[in-house]
Amino acid sequence: MEPSNTRDPRYYHRVVDCQWACPAHTDVPQYIRLIAEGRYTDAYMLNRVSNVFPGILGRTCDRPCEPACRRTRVDGKPVAICRLKRVTADLRESVRHRLPEIPAEKNGKRIALIGGGPASLTVANDLMPLGYECVLYEALDKLGGLMLTNIPAFRLPVRVLQEEIGFITDMGVDVRLNTRVNSLKALVEGEDGFDAVFVGVGAPRGKNLELPGRYDSDRIHIGIEWLESISFQHIDSVGERVLVIGVGNTAMDCCRAAKRLGGQDVKVMARRGRRDFKASEWELEDAEDEKVEVLEYHSPKEFVVEEGVLKGMKFDIVEWYEDDKGKQRARPVEEVFIPCDDVVLAIGQDNAFPWIERDMGIEFNDWDMPVVDRGTMQCSLPGVFFGGDAAWGPENIIWAVEHGHQAAISIHNHCQGIPLAERPAFGMNLISQKMGIHEWSYSNEYNPASRTPMRYVDLEERLRSIGTEAELGFSVEETAREVQRCLNCDIQTDFAANLCIECDACIDVCPLQCLTITENGDESDLRQRLTAPAENLAQLLFVSEDLPQTHRVMVKDEDLCVHCGLCAERCPTAAWDMKKSDLLIPYAGHEKWPTIATV
Amino acid sequence: MTYITKPVARHPKMRHNALGLTPRDYEGTMSTLCAGCGHDSVTAALIQALFELDVEPYRVAKLSGIGCSSKTPAYFVKEAHGFNSVHGRMPSIAAGSNAANRDLVYIGISGDGDSLSIGLGQLSHAIRRNINMLYVLENNGVYGLTKGQFSASADVGSVSKRGEINRQGPIDPVSLALALGASFVARSFSGDKKQLVPILKAGIAHTGFAFVDVISPCVTFNDHKGSTKSYAHTRTHAYEVVETDFVPLRREITADYGHGDVRAVTMHDGSVVRLRKVAEDYDAANRGAALEHIADVRKRGEVPTGLLYLEETGQDMHGFENTIEKPLVDLRYEDLCPGREALDELQKEWW
Repeated sequence: MEPSNTRDPRYYHRVVDCQWACPAHTDVPQYIRLIAEGRYTDAYMLNRVSNVFPGILGRTCDRPCEPACRRTRVDGKPVAICRLKRVTADLRESVRHRLPEIPAEKNGKRIALIGGGPASLTVANDLMPLGYECVLYEALDKLGGLMLTNIPAFRLPVRVLQEEIGFITDMGVDVRLNTRVNSLKALVEGEDGFDAVFVGVGAPRGKNLELPGRYDSDRIHIGIEWLESISFQHIDSVGERVLVIGVGNTAMDCCRAAKRLGGQDVKVMARRGRRDFKASEWELEDAEDEKVEVLEYHSPKEFVVEEGVLKGMKFDIVEWYEDDKGKQRARPVEEVFIPCDDVVLAIGQDNAFPWIERDMGIEFNDWDMPVVDRGTMQCSLPGVFFGGDAAWGPENIIWAVEHGHQAAISIHNHCQGIPLAERPAFGMNLISQKMGIHEWSYSNEYNPASRTPMRYVDLEERLRSIGTEAELGFSVEETAREVQRCLNCDIQTDFAANLCIECDACIDVCPLQCLTITENGDESDLRQRLTAPAENLAQLLFVSEDLPQTHRVMVKDEDLCVHCGLCAERCPTAAWDMKKSDLLIPYAGHEKWPTIATV
Repeated sequence: MTYITKPVARHPKMRHNALGLTPRDYEGTMSTLCAGCGHDSVTAALIQALFELDVEPYRVAKLSGIGCSSKTPAYFVKEAHGFNSVHGRMPSIAAGSNAANRDLVYIGISGDGDSLSIGLGQLSHAIRRNINMLYVLENNGVYGLTKGQFSASADVGSVSKRGEINRQGPIDPVSLALALGASFVARSFSGDKKQLVPILKAGIAHTGFAFVDVISPCVTFNDHKGSTKSYAHTRTHAYEVVETDFVPLRREITADYGHGDVRAVTMHDGSVVRLRKVAEDYDAANRGAALEHIADVRKRGEVPTGLLYLEETGQDMHGFENTIEKPLVDLRYEDLCPGREALDELQKEWW
């Protein structure tokens, strides 16, 4: 193998699994260390730079970081990254004075943002400090998009949502509520004279289930519309027996909302088996804790409505098999009738762009979706950008935020006459953490504590009102315990081959058998020849330059390193050092980093 | 020294031996030796050897004297028995404990000061008695604990860290052991576990005194240019005379040994040590020839390594003394101490 280039910011970025998995590259280990020091406000601000909505995401994020967390591979459960993020929002002081300054003098460029969700708000967040004028159009009378309408208040209190949206709108965004954009053409060609348009309208259309009896009752609801009506308090009750069709995260919100609106017997009906459920494991757990029943292998067949009254639904109980082509297919085994008073359909969402004229130069694909460039977020009409669920269908908030960051970079380039493809580069600082012979500037002691469970409001109390936030958040003590589980993956084991005397001290002391000195070879061969075979192909092998004495190479399997620093501590020549890699993430308006600082 | 404890986290696919233990179960406390000390690598090699031989930790007795080397028993098999004796007196402790309980696996760790200066007489008699033990001499050519004075194994012309040149001839531990009649004589290098681990395993399996001289560089006082016991010097001057492979009992011999001249020695416990000549005309079964060959290699300025001499037929201390099979601790009190009448009866033999 070629020697690893650890001076490329991507190498160490990949070692920080959580940061690599986060679409917005949130600097998780650093904010966890700040929390450990009690610097909650600093930790909040560090979060805000990348993910813009720490309070909201600390409660609702899809957490791509957690399954990626190295701790999962070491002791089975990830660090409670998401809930620690919430801690920064819960325990921080005021941050108003630390928000970016907005220039009084504008740069003369006007940007239209359509849809008041996380994607558009992120664009405004990134562009307002650069002097842009942003006009935000929202069809409803409140901002937040799906964060407001689709995430029930028992998961995300309205005050948290409003405060973090306020940080952005108070930058001087021209917010136009109750203003549905009915024609993109009119907006683009209108008198307002926008230099760029960002479409962040989400995927607002809930999928329907066309089965017999569908339109014979008004007690059959589309999930996201139903949640929106609850959010706006147009609906405040539901029948005792509720069936939720579908088993994604929206279904979880629906069934839990039903429990709070008077539903006693709430069932989630899934066509597939548990391991194929789309809902996040933890959301499913929360629903089941609230005594929601989840039934597998029930395929909806018919709504049973008698004299205009919904009586229940017929289902086929199915079994799954593989057909000749290896495709999973369902075969009905038995029909059952399940009585109910309400049905909520939560089987997915579609995009809909009836308000975008098809003759204005925006290309749509076979699925009637705009063709959007993955790197620049621009569609085929220059100056029109898409992001969030509007770009490629339903994803999640953290992806919407990242789309917003990238769109802001593109819009800035577009307005300043810089080619969109010329995107600012990532940078990296790499600084030794050595303080003394055996002292490091981080806590390298491995804490074997197990993951701290979240505490909830007592079940009865929790279900009494839809506005009662279910999770209590971590206390200071729980926080102090959980932060110690973080392995500090950004404190890198950095190796200088020219200093190595091949004494084997690092190999002997490494508790996870990550290190080997051996003859070089190609990757698949090397992976088998290490102290412990490197079977996780998703994780990098570090390969050094040739070692001075025997011309072998030092190989490190990054998979299970707990960053304890013992290799560096037992190294007599400081060939190994523990260095903090600080990923420098470019945002709109950023030009270039000072030269890479390595100490 | 290192303050943090070694993380308890383990590799999920860590190997288990026949006892269900992992190599981590053969570790001791965190080393307080200098970072990069060769002794820590010897410790790691011992851990690997004991793990692979499926030795129960409670069956191990670790013995040592004084010196950097003599600290190392603390760093492996924390559940074993241990005795840290007076400087140079470890062989006496080994003889006594071995006499009392022959069921334990005795591992003595010593250094060039402990064995070749203050304890030379003790070492000689341990060899003579052929005590059944593994005796590891961690050899770095200096007194590390007192800041790097030359030891009795320092080569002529070797330069100290302060620039002083050694003029006195060294005691070569391997030649000494051969001359004294040791039944198992080997030399290896802490930086070469591929060679060291099979030698240690063979030494543990050997019935009798297994003497292993390990060049174990002192990174702090003797790893510079001009040193003949540094990592770099040992790497460029080591000359492997015999390749050793240890085939434990119950395991099929599958390795391919090519065309080399292989001598298989069946050990007392049924395991097999295979010695493959690297140097032509070397015979690890002929003490006189081995001594001569080693002297030649040394004259060229090279360091002969490998399992240099092995004789598995001799008797150990228990054989000479015709002692009881059972450890004394397992005897009934009446048998161990038969009383005044039995003593009188015994003494009548010499009246």
